[in-house]
Amino acid sequence: MATVEARERRQPWILLSPALAAVTLLLFVPLLFIVVYSFWLRTATGADVVGFHLDNWQEALTDPFYRDILLFTLKIAAITTIVCGLMGYPAAYFIARAGGNRALLLLLLMLPFWISYIIRTMSWINILGVSGALNSMLLWLGIVDEPLQLLYNQTTVVLGLVHFLLPFMILNVYVSLEGIDRTLEQAANSLGATRWQSFLEVTLPLSLPGLAAGGLLCFVLSAGTYITPLVLGGPTDAMFANLVFEAIITQLNWPLGSALSLMLLAVLGVLVAIYNHFVGMSQLAKGFG
Amino acid sequence: MLSGWSLIRAWTILVYLFMFLPVAVVVLLSFNASQFGSFPMTGFSFRWFVELWHNDAILRAFRVSFVLGALTAVISTTLGVLASLALIRYDFRGKNLISTALIAPILVPEVVLAVALLLFLRFLAIPKSFPLLLMGHVIFTLPFVVLVVQARLVGIRRDIEEAAMSLGASPRQAFFEVTLPLLAPAIFAGMLFAFTISFDDITGTLFWKPGGVETVPTQIFAMLRNSISPEINALGTVMIVLTVGLPLLGAAVARRLGSRTN
Repeated sequence: MATVEARERRQPWILLSPALAAVTLLLFVPLLFIVVYSFWLRTATGADVVGFHLDNWQEALTDPFYRDILLFTLKIAAITTIVCGLMGYPAAYFIARAGGNRALLLLLLMLPFWISYIIRTMSWINILGVSGALNSMLLWLGIVDEPLQLLYNQTTVVLGLVHFLLPFMILNVYVSLEGIDRTLEQAANSLGATRWQSFLEVTLPLSLPGLAAGGLLCFVLSAGTYITPLVLGGPTDAMFANLVFEAIITQLNWPLGSALSLMLLAVLGVLVAIYNHFVGMSQLAKGFG
Repeated sequence: MLSGWSLIRAWTILVYLFMFLPVAVVVLLSFNASQFGSFPMTGFSFRWFVELWHNDAILRAFRVSFVLGALTAVISTTLGVLASLALIRYDFRGKNLISTALIAPILVPEVVLAVALLLFLRFLAIPKSFPLLLMGHVIFTLPFVVLVVQARLVGIRRDIEEAAMSLGASPRQAFFEVTLPLLAPAIFAGMLFAFTISFDDITGTLFWKPGGVETVPTQIFAMLRNSISPEINALGTVMIVLTVGLPLLGAAVARRLGSRTN
């Protein structure tokens, strides 16, 4: 009997070992490695000086250039998250209460996840470009005499990010609205609450975990974005991930790039930890169910 | 109160238009006969699709993306299904920690993951190469596979397998004749998910890909550097048909597999 039990106890670890090995070797060890690497130095000749040097960290943390871009990145991520919440919440509410059309609306909501990110991002050039749909229409209607320069600024970066992330927000809010017992709202109504009151005091608070999950995804994914500012932003709209790419691929300053990556990881990690403390990771998994 | 509801309905319609109109314009413009990838439409034409077919760089990118996506799907789903089986069917100490560790690659920003893996493997003297690209794609598709497969595995309890064995099936028979057919839809969903995410990835790919190798997204990105052309719109249309059509087909197949086993 003892051997059967021992086998039973070993079984899950045998099943887990390939995945755990992959995550350890390809994620955790590399992350530890860049922590160590960020204290090395890259000399002008391109050789690494092994040791414990604070130079990269000093540069990353005190240079106003990096600080400003970090703040700009967080600002863009915050605006994107708020816009996604404002646009997405009513839509998710409608889907959750839609009755007959719900299956179709949900299917349509899944489609953007299957459409390539780069194509969805560049599609805005067709709409807002100098010879895009909007300018063509304005010219044709005689509202403007020459095409407006609408693209390549902060607003279009946010627009592209919202377009990319809105389905994540709607899906997460929908999942939590769907889980709310409808009779609670009816009970509030029968006790004399107006529909607006029962929404504000019953439904909205109960759907906050979904809103938080959607918000976290929107914030983390937009703060780490690399492509959107390059396709839809102007020359001054670089975000933090663009800095990291510059340091690693263009300047080949790998230790500095490590320090910058870890800075981004730390800032977003704090957010994930706060979220995990108040809401918990299982809420995020619900979106996949 | 009716007006409040119609307001929400109108808002939802606008939100859906916002999500789909730009993509519809890509498809529309890909059939534009005009030289330039823009309005006005001057006529209906398939010429840009024909040109795609003769563009070697794009065909090469498609080949790379397909091979990479397929290998990623197989490896990632194998790892993910085994891990999900352990998480769903066994109770053991540290389970929560293990689940979190397995979804960690989505909690780390993709740029950071890309940098860490690239620098670590360069340190081990493994150059930017196709295997590095593959390892990268496996690690960041794994969490999605684990989440999707777990969601579908919840229904498969061990009792069914044990019932088969108590009726005289060997463990091997029970696995191949009972468990595996029940697992098939989950495996299929995981592979499809991994393939699509790999096929669509661009950020990590830009860090890991060796010079001269392009996947479809990085090829589109490189082409965008010049300006938007009707050819890019046509390529976009092909991608949309592939990435939307495949999962829809997949869902149909999965339903077939699911209904046959029930």
